[in-house]
Amino acid sequence: MEKRVTFRGWLLPLLLIGPQIIISGVFFFYPAGQAIWQSLFIPDPFGLSMQYVGLGNFEYLLSDPYYRRSFLTTGIFSTLVTLVSMLPALFLAVVADRLIKGAGVYRTLLIWPYAVAPAIAGVLWLFMFNSRVGVVSWYLGNLGYDWNHVLNGGEAMGLVVVASAWGRISYNFLFFLAALQAVPKSIIEAAAIDGARFWRRFWTIVVPLLSPTTFFLLVVNIVYAFFETFGVIHTITAGGPQQTTTILVYKVFSDGFVGQDLGSSAAQSVVLLVVVGALTVFQFKFVERRVHY
Amino acid sequence: MGKTMKNLIVGALVVGTTLWSPLVTAAETEIQFWHAFSGRLGELVAAQVDEFNAGQNDYTVVASHKGNYSETLNAGIAAFRADEQPHILMVFEVGTATMMAAKGAVRPVSDVMAASGAEFDENAYIGAVKGYYTSTEGDMLSLPFNSSTPVLWVNRDALKVAGIDPDIDLSTWQNVGSTLDLLKTAGHECPLTTAWQSWIHLENLSAYHDVPFATQDNGFAGLDTELALNGPVQVKHISAMGEWAKEGKFFYAGRRNEGGANFRAGDCALFTESSAGYAGIKAEAKFDFDVRPLPYWKGMGNAPQNTIIGGASLWVMEGHEKAEYTGAGEFLSFLSSSPIQAKWHQDTGYLPITTAAAEATRAAGFYDANPGTDVAVIQMTTNTPTANSKGLRLGSFDQIRGIIDEELEAVWAGDKTAQEALDNAAERGNRLLRRFEQANR
Repeated sequence: MEKRVTFRGWLLPLLLIGPQIIISGVFFFYPAGQAIWQSLFIPDPFGLSMQYVGLGNFEYLLSDPYYRRSFLTTGIFSTLVTLVSMLPALFLAVVADRLIKGAGVYRTLLIWPYAVAPAIAGVLWLFMFNSRVGVVSWYLGNLGYDWNHVLNGGEAMGLVVVASAWGRISYNFLFFLAALQAVPKSIIEAAAIDGARFWRRFWTIVVPLLSPTTFFLLVVNIVYAFFETFGVIHTITAGGPQQTTTILVYKVFSDGFVGQDLGSSAAQSVVLLVVVGALTVFQFKFVERRVHY
Repeated sequence: MGKTMKNLIVGALVVGTTLWSPLVTAAETEIQFWHAFSGRLGELVAAQVDEFNAGQNDYTVVASHKGNYSETLNAGIAAFRADEQPHILMVFEVGTATMMAAKGAVRPVSDVMAASGAEFDENAYIGAVKGYYTSTEGDMLSLPFNSSTPVLWVNRDALKVAGIDPDIDLSTWQNVGSTLDLLKTAGHECPLTTAWQSWIHLENLSAYHDVPFATQDNGFAGLDTELALNGPVQVKHISAMGEWAKEGKFFYAGRRNEGGANFRAGDCALFTESSAGYAGIKAEAKFDFDVRPLPYWKGMGNAPQNTIIGGASLWVMEGHEKAEYTGAGEFLSFLSSSPIQAKWHQDTGYLPITTAAAEATRAAGFYDANPGTDVAVIQMTTNTPTANSKGLRLGSFDQIRGIIDEELEAVWAGDKTAQEALDNAAERGNRLLRRFEQANR
C-alpha cells in the first residue's frame, strides 16, 4: 500500500507551490505569451506603431528558403554537438574510472574547459583556426590543406561544432564518471568470473546501467546545442558563410537585434517554442522507454 | 512587448552603465552622448568632450561607449522603448533610413540648432556629406560626425620587391588587374585585399560609375525602392574580383576590416579601405605606403563621378527637457567648429565635414607634410553628386549588407557566378525592403 501525505485545506499547499508558479509565470508564461502576441504584428523598431498582420509573419518566414534551410542546419549542428560532446566524454570517463594513480589531477584537468565561457571558447578556437595567423591552419597549410572557414561552409560548421562541444565534454565527463562509479562492482565481478571480457561487460552491464544518465545528458546537450551555443557562433562565424552555420536561435537574434525586425523575430521564437516542445515530448515518450532506471 | 518588463531590463542596464560614468556636479545640465568609438578614436572623442565641458559651465556632456556601430544603434533603440534614451546618439550611415523613418523618436538637428540659438550654417558642410543626412525637404536631420570614403592603399615596398615601379598608374581597375598579374608572377602571396566589401565594391562602385544601387534615387525618393545592384557595371566588377580570387590575386579576409591587419603587417600589396584607415596604417606600417584614389573601370558608366561616405552622424532624440536641447545644440555646434573638425580630420583620416575645416587643414600645410591625405577629399568633392552618387537611404540596410556579404562570399568561394550572386542578393534584399516599407507605412 502506497503511503500518502495529504494536506487539509488550501493555504499550505498553495504556499508551497506558490514560488514555483510565480517563477514559471514571470519568467516563462508571461514572455512566451508576449512572443505569441507580438508575432501577429509588424512593429517599427522604436515601438511607435505596430500593424496587425495575422499570420503574415509566419507566411513570410516559411516562404524564406534560408529559414527552411536553417531547420536542417540546426538539426545537423545539434546532432553533431551532442555526439562530439558525449562520446569523447564517455571514453574519458571510462578511462578515468580505471585509473588508480593520479585520478584526482586527471579529473580536475578534464573539468577545466567547462569553466571557459562560450564566447571566450569561440575566440580561442577562432585564433587557432584563423586562416592567416592561426596555429592549426598554419600546420594544415604545411600539410597542403588550405583551411579557410570564412569561405568554406563545411569547415565553418566543423569549427563551431568542435568549439561548442569542447567545453561540454567536461560537463558530460563529470556525469558519466559519477554514473560509472555507481555501477555495483559486484555485478561486474560476477560477470568477469563468468568469463565476460571487458567489452562484453561494458555493453551488457555498464551501458544499460548508464542509460538514465545518458538520457539526461542527451536532453541537456540538445537543449544546449539549441540555445546556448549562441556565443560560440557569434564570435566564430556570425552565422556565415552563406548562412551555413545560422541555427534557428542565431536567426532570431540576427533578425531581431541586427535587423530590428521584431515581428519576424517573435514569430521565430514561437516556432522554436513549438519545435523544442515537440522534441521534449518525443524524447520522453520514445527514448525514455528504453531507459532502465 | 510589455513595457513594464522591458523597462525593468533596460532600466537595469541603464543603471548599470550610469554607475560607471564619471560623477558630475548637480548644478549643470547633463547631456548624454552615446557613441561607438573605442581605442584611439575613443580617446579622441573623450578629448573633444573634455574640451567642451571645460570651456563652459552650463552643461556637462557625459559620453558613453556602447559597443560597435550596430550595438550602439540597438542600445539607443532599446533605451528609447524604455524611455531612457540619451540626448545624442551616434548612428552609422547604414542606420540612417531607420532613424529617418522614426518620426517621433528623433528631433531634426536643424530644429535643435534653430531652437538653441547656437551657431549653425548648413551650407558650411561639404555637399556630399550633407546630402546623405538631409531630408527631401532640405532639412538637416542629423549632424555629420565622422565621414570617410574608400581609397586604395598601396604598399610601395611590395611593388618594388616585385620589380614594379611604385609610382605605377593604379587609377583604373584595368591597370590594377595587370599589376596584380605582375605581383602574382613575382610570387606575391596577397596582391590585393579589401575591407567592407559591400560598401567599397558595390555601393561606392555604383556611385563612382554613376549607376544606381537602388531605384528611387537609391531610396532618397521613397520607401518603395528596389535594389539595382545587379547591373552590368556591378556584375563586371564582381566577376573580375571573383576571377582574381580564384587565381590567388585577391585575398578575402572578412566582412569588416579584418584585411587591415594583413595590409598593416606588410602581407598584402594593395588594400581597398576607408580613408579613416590612415591612423592605424600610419601607426603600424613598417613599410613605405601611399594612398591613391579608388580605381574605376575605364569606359564604364560615368566614372569617375564621386564616391560616397561611410561613417556615422549624431542624432538628437526626442523626449527631453528644453534646456537639455539647448545644451545639445551647443555641443553639436562645438563639434562642427573649424578647429575641432580640422584636428579630427588630421588625427583620424576622416573627412573634414566643413569646407572651412578642409581649408584650415590645407592652410596649416598638413597635406604637404602628409601627401595623399587629401585624396579622399578631392575624390568626394571634385564632381557635384548626382542622384546615383548622393548616397544610399535603404531600410534594414544592416541586414541587407549581411545578405550582400553572404552572396559575395559565394562568389569568392567559386560557388556562384557574379550574376547569380547579385541577382540573388537583389531578390533577398528586396524582401527586406518591402518589409521595412510595411513596418513604416
